[in-house]
Amino acid sequence: MKVAIINFPGTNSEIDTKWAFDKLGCDSEILWHKESSIDADLVVLPGGFSHGDYLRTAAIAKFSPIMEAVKAHAKKGGYILGICNGFQMLLELGLLPGAMNKNLSLNFIAKFHCLKVISNSNKFLSNCEVGEILKVPIAHGEGNYHIDNYSLFKMQDKEQILLKYCDENGEILNPNGSVDGIAGICDENKKIFGLMPHPERACDELNGSVCGIKMLKGFL
Amino acid sequence: MKVIVNVKLKAGVLDPAGKATENALHSLGFISVNDVRIGKQIVFNLDIDCKDEAKKEVTKMCEELLANTVIEEYEIVL
Repeated sequence: MKVAIINFPGTNSEIDTKWAFDKLGCDSEILWHKESSIDADLVVLPGGFSHGDYLRTAAIAKFSPIMEAVKAHAKKGGYILGICNGFQMLLELGLLPGAMNKNLSLNFIAKFHCLKVISNSNKFLSNCEVGEILKVPIAHGEGNYHIDNYSLFKMQDKEQILLKYCDENGEILNPNGSVDGIAGICDENKKIFGLMPHPERACDELNGSVCGIKMLKGFL
Repeated sequence: MKVIVNVKLKAGVLDPAGKATENALHSLGFISVNDVRIGKQIVFNLDIDCKDEAKKEVTKMCEELLANTVIEEYEIVL
């Protein structure tokens, strides 16, 4: 599987992401945001602080030259995964519904957190069980996902809510104020995925968890 | 002409920075304060003389970049 990882000025997870996909045996490459074409099965928008997060997180990344190719990839039904800042980009691009607000505590949170799998009827989480608890790091200052009630119900109906923050027993434990404890979602067609936690940082025992590799493996 | 764009979170969207500031004001004894909201002010010069045309151009800027209209609203002052 060919994976293209987009590198913006301020991105800091592109190498970790490439390492994770290489470990899975994928043919991966890191593309600079000024490139104009993408030839891949999966496009990954990795974590970081694209364009310094000025104005709003991911507001400027939306206009990077490569985004035309990302939108074209989405239009033809290609897979896209947005991790953390990449999730914020997908919201800004309108490829996923909702918007991101500052964490309720106003703190930047960087720690392992438990996630509950809400839906596995998609490629990304196809190796996970519904209700399974995954341990994956989070690292963000703006992960407080916001969406109106009507759209939330619509997303629930269409199984677009994929992951929620929880404690070790699976009870909802919300670190950032996100609506309904949401940590990750997808689009109606289940081709475009966005999540705040970092699966690429949970891909080796040395990292403290291998839950991330189980998630990413779903794309193979 | 000089343009001022005020961007703030829509009513009903929780403003964590506003809430923290409100709490700080309360602990300083300003207990009459409530519902603090914090926004952004973007100020720039625009080389367009016609006010209507300027308004149209700045509205476009707000919709495309300056505000995320899912959770924010904007006000243009010319």
